[in-house]
Amino acid sequence: MTHITVTVDGVGYSDHVEPRLLLVHYLREVLGKTGTPVGCDTSNCGACTVLMDGKSVKSCAVLAVQADGSDITTIEGLSNGELTPVQRAFHEEHALQCGYCTPGMIMAATDLLRDNPHPTEEEIRDGLEGNLCRCTGYENIVRAVKRAAEAGVTS
Amino acid sequence: MTATTEAPAAELGRARLRKEDAKLITGQTRWTDNIRQPGMLQIAFLRSPFAHAKIKNVDVSGALRQPGVVAAFSGADFAAEQGSLPCAWPVTPDIVIPPHPPMAVDEVRYVGEAVAVVVARDNYEAADALAAIEVDYEPLPPVLDMRTALDPDSPKVHEAGNKSYEWVFANGDVEAAFRDAPVVLERTYRQQRLIPCAMEPRAVVVSWVGEEVTVWSATQIPHVLRFALSAFFGIPEQDIRVIAPDVGGGFGSKLQVTAEEVLAVLTSRKVGKPVRWTETRSEGNMTVHHGRDQWQRIRIAADRDGRIRALDVDLLADMGAYLMLVTPGIPLLGAFMFPAIYKMDAYSFRCTGVFTTKMPTDAYRGAGRPEATFAIERIMDELAVELGIEPMEIRERNWIKHEEFPYTTIAGLTYDSGNYEAATAKAKELFDYDGLRREQAERNARGDKIRLGIGISTFTEMCGLAPSRVLGSLSYGAGGWEHASIRMLPTGKVEVVTGSSAHGQGHETAWSQIVADQLGVPFEDIRVLHGDTQVSPKGMDTYGSRSLAVGGMALVGACDKVIDKAKVIAAAMLEASVDDLEWSPGRFSVRGDPEAGKTIQEIALATFAAHGLPDGVEPSLDSDHTYDPENFSFPHGTHLCATEVDTETNLSRSGPTSRSTTSVSWSTR
Repeated sequence: MTHITVTVDGVGYSDHVEPRLLLVHYLREVLGKTGTPVGCDTSNCGACTVLMDGKSVKSCAVLAVQADGSDITTIEGLSNGELTPVQRAFHEEHALQCGYCTPGMIMAATDLLRDNPHPTEEEIRDGLEGNLCRCTGYENIVRAVKRAAEAGVTS
Repeated sequence: MTATTEAPAAELGRARLRKEDAKLITGQTRWTDNIRQPGMLQIAFLRSPFAHAKIKNVDVSGALRQPGVVAAFSGADFAAEQGSLPCAWPVTPDIVIPPHPPMAVDEVRYVGEAVAVVVARDNYEAADALAAIEVDYEPLPPVLDMRTALDPDSPKVHEAGNKSYEWVFANGDVEAAFRDAPVVLERTYRQQRLIPCAMEPRAVVVSWVGEEVTVWSATQIPHVLRFALSAFFGIPEQDIRVIAPDVGGGFGSKLQVTAEEVLAVLTSRKVGKPVRWTETRSEGNMTVHHGRDQWQRIRIAADRDGRIRALDVDLLADMGAYLMLVTPGIPLLGAFMFPAIYKMDAYSFRCTGVFTTKMPTDAYRGAGRPEATFAIERIMDELAVELGIEPMEIRERNWIKHEEFPYTTIAGLTYDSGNYEAATAKAKELFDYDGLRREQAERNARGDKIRLGIGISTFTEMCGLAPSRVLGSLSYGAGGWEHASIRMLPTGKVEVVTGSSAHGQGHETAWSQIVADQLGVPFEDIRVLHGDTQVSPKGMDTYGSRSLAVGGMALVGACDKVIDKAKVIAAAMLEASVDDLEWSPGRFSVRGDPEAGKTIQEIALATFAAHGLPDGVEPSLDSDHTYDPENFSFPHGTHLCATEVDTETNLSRSGPTSRSTTSVSWSTR
């Protein structure tokens, strides 16, 4: 067992974990943060995307021990009571149906807009390439990201 | 409480923001894998690496020595209680339905079939324990190609052989039509096998308390699952509660009673603890039922002017290794759709269901009907080429004209309505069909390296499954009705209970809109409850494009009953005769005196108080309604697509403008 210290959605945790424990399982099974879902075996679908020190990572492809000392933001901690522009835009543009991919999409889009606050459609599609959606056909997701960009994501 | 509320503008057709989204965009969703129970253990399955093998021995003792492992069982441990997974659609009287034990005991017949289960403290320990189980297999020859599976010297999937059934339909003099027609074409098309792949992996959580069991499952069919667990696995129905919490997509793949659901229930009972199972994606790719997998031989007989005389379809359909919930019926849903939107004099159809050593096939997106659309539309294009008739023109010459509805097709369905001319005209206009055809001709004339391909598909589908009588005539094991109930709360708010079980469709929003219009209550005042057999005890669930067409009508019927009950109470409140009351959504008023009236909210509160109700009037506005459709619905559409093709590399790409794909779908009733 390895000792890690990690901040998740603003709360500090100190735990002993198996070196093989994936970050997503640490979040879900140890911390009970089930807002981050698992959609594939590893790194295909992006549903489990979270922010690690501000950068999007697929939490199924990061070991919990690699997150030692880092600051993690999940979908549950993204907003402080009020929806972020990305969350609001997903709602307003009908960018989700079943919603299983949505946490990952929102986290990936948040990171994308921090890197590039005014992306073209092609840059949005390129930026979200690692996130799969089975319901929407992506059109409304792209529109949502554009709308969030117009609203200003860093608010 | 709401004293008076203005009747809202019509909700249906209004672009509402979804009620479902708030939890989905903030990570507060209750997926099955998020459910936690005190003392819950994790289960994992060991699966066959062979497509076909005898199981000579399963030794789970190694697993039991692993840390954190509570129990491990093989098929033999379940043999006395596991029964057989149900097939609800015995399509012919002599169909072969082989026993389908949830866990293989003596023989495995597809890669991924479960042969053992471990129960452990967590996923990691469970995975470790699986590696410690030893299985002694004796490989048998697999049966991989349905086209050779019926050869006498083919290895057998089951003792009874590799043929499950042959189902035939014929109407009109097919033989004469093919003998006399000036043009006959025959083609063979392949419908590939596919993996449905909903984003949310399947998951099940089971908790027994005494004799009562609660099953959370990522399923499309909580009500059917409850019935099946009772009817086929011996658990009294009143002791079973099935909950489909938030479900992340289905696409037909969660229209199933799965081995894993049954084994989770049995395993939990054996160990006396709640258990959870969630598949890995790789596991799901192997063992969620697959879709399609047919060979379609199709013949068409026509006149030189393109008029269709007859159609003959001969299908081979790969059942996989077993018949699951509706496996054999899926290709037959296509039987009625091959004639599509076209008129003809004769039609024959045959389908042979074939066993192979592969994962069973079952419902997937459209289930049987898109397969038919693909084949008929392909051969219409081939016929157009053969006869030198413009492909849209040949369709138009054959389709049912809008003034001919209702129209009974050669396959025996009565299409209630349709307007193929209008949908097609709109699609052609949006697409600039004539312009693209000109461009195509010019490129061809110039001998351009980059040519233009234009694809057409018209379609209709039998949707809104289904009239119970029709299902009965097709030997289906259940009805096609749907149930709804309305609970009028004292404050005038409304709880809507539906037997439909949404898994991404947005029922909570759409159902609120329907009820808002019917009862004249605000959209925001409505809560839709579904997916829990204790909350919504009656239902036929969500699949087959049925929720709105059938479940929506059940809602309307339930609302009508609320209004009928409210009328009697309103009359008493207004000291008026029932006959003098007029209903406008949300309010009863007295004819001739529109100021005198009571809102539905006022009536709800008065009913709750029940102080001044007339003799014999029940103090309740609540209602139930079960709706059984008289017919299917027949939505239709025309889809157009233009693609540039590099004639040297064969690479294709969609055209540079948004006009390159256009679809216009109409639902006329």
